[in-house]
Amino acid sequence: MTALYDYATDTSVEAPVAELRSVSKWYGDTRALHAVNLRVDRGEIVTLVGRSGSGKSTVLRVLAGLAGQHDGRRSVQGAPAVAFQEPRLFPWRSVRENVGYGLSRRKITRAEALSRADRALQEVGLADKARAWPLTLSGGQAQRVSLARALVAEPQLLLLDEPFGALDALTRLAMHRLLLGLWREHGFGVLLVTHDVDEAIALADTIVVLENGTVAHTLRIDDPRSQHGQRDGRTDEYRSELLARLGV
Amino acid sequence: MTTRDSPATAAIGAGPVVAPTVSWRRRLHVRRWEILRWLSPLAVLVIWQAGSAAGLIPADVLPAPQTIARAGIQLVGNGQLAAALRISGLRAIEGLALGGSIGVTLGTLVGLSRWADAALDPSMQMLRALPHLGLIPLFILWFGIGELPKVLLVALGAAFPLYLNTSSAIRQVDPKLFETAEVLGFSLWQRLRIIVIPSAAPQVLVGLRQSLAISWLTLIVAEQINADAGVGYLINNARDFLRIDVIIFGLVVYALLGIVTDALVRILERRALRYRV
Repeated sequence: MTALYDYATDTSVEAPVAELRSVSKWYGDTRALHAVNLRVDRGEIVTLVGRSGSGKSTVLRVLAGLAGQHDGRRSVQGAPAVAFQEPRLFPWRSVRENVGYGLSRRKITRAEALSRADRALQEVGLADKARAWPLTLSGGQAQRVSLARALVAEPQLLLLDEPFGALDALTRLAMHRLLLGLWREHGFGVLLVTHDVDEAIALADTIVVLENGTVAHTLRIDDPRSQHGQRDGRTDEYRSELLARLGV
Repeated sequence: MTTRDSPATAAIGAGPVVAPTVSWRRRLHVRRWEILRWLSPLAVLVIWQAGSAAGLIPADVLPAPQTIARAGIQLVGNGQLAAALRISGLRAIEGLALGGSIGVTLGTLVGLSRWADAALDPSMQMLRALPHLGLIPLFILWFGIGELPKVLLVALGAAFPLYLNTSSAIRQVDPKLFETAEVLGFSLWQRLRIIVIPSAAPQVLVGLRQSLAISWLTLIVAEQINADAGVGYLINNARDFLRIDVIIFGLVVYALLGIVTDALVRILERRALRYRV
């Protein structure tokens, strides 16, 4: 194996928005993560790939502060925003109220929160659904609301746990495009967990391959992204390398 | 929809010019089950009335609907019914409020906290196994024969359905929503207001409907004993004077109270579920 670039010890760049240093996590007698080093720089998109049970989601949960006790160091700038595979909206609250809840940590009035929610909904192209019930939305629309809720507080770090996994292929491409647009606009760092290698390549600056709870490989991708989230350069090359790493 | 004929005729453009008789028949046809539902109890009433008039049903066993209605009008007219309803209603409301708030409070605690579940639930299940109507002799010895034992008995009966439904409703709140609350940084109050209450409301309202039904039933039994006012007293008093018409009217009042209050809660239920489209 080639020498891995060790993000954890490289101090030449400015402080990352999220960093794990030799993080291990046990669930009872099962070790979910073992000495994981990972960093997400300001405005960087890191995608985390791995087979089922490799610990992808655990990494995300540790970063989100949802995993409870763990060994090693976790540092995150500000409160990370999270969007899950299911939109997890509150069905008994209108779409704009749901988005407004993204501002719960802020000491602002309800009216202010709702007006910012409306702006966030505009950004994800759902201004006309502000007053709708979440159950009236399509899967893609609900996921866009979930994204708006995550981004309304203008976080520095966005954690995405297979957020497009349940969407059909066309909607997924539209969501990639939307995410990249928002990312260019706001410059937040992203950690995206996915099992879709093509998605990982299309979106990432850095791809991290997880295997049995440890970082098995890190891949920098410098090729420019096109509007549609397609990668012009050596996509095939990356894909075969990743698939080989994943043992497919 | 109602003005449209069969698809075949509509397809050749005859749709808008449908003869009114056809549309009338069609409407009748579409609503036939609803109509039948109304017809069947009406038919029972008509047969009952006719049977009484023909002397087939002895009036001292079961008076005619007309006689019962007349007794009712009389009780409404002289204000006896209003006075009785006020007393009975107060007993039911006080008992339901007391028992219901105990049930909802304990149910919430048990649903939210493992500690409360382990500490309280076994005792609650034990108490629930007691037939609360069987406690009447005990309640008379403990609390006498005034309003207190009646209200407490209603409270005891009403507490359990709300307790059981509340605790199970809260246990069934989607844990993923709590996780989302964690991510969003919700306070405890926000968790209750935005997640627990709206999520549990539909099942708690089912509990409320059951508690209401038990409240009325308990009240009816409690009022049979030592009542000097209320609908139960009206009925008991009528028994002493062999006024079967008044007794049956009193029963109808009980039934209506049950139906009306149940319908009110159903309106609340619909409101609590208005987001389900």
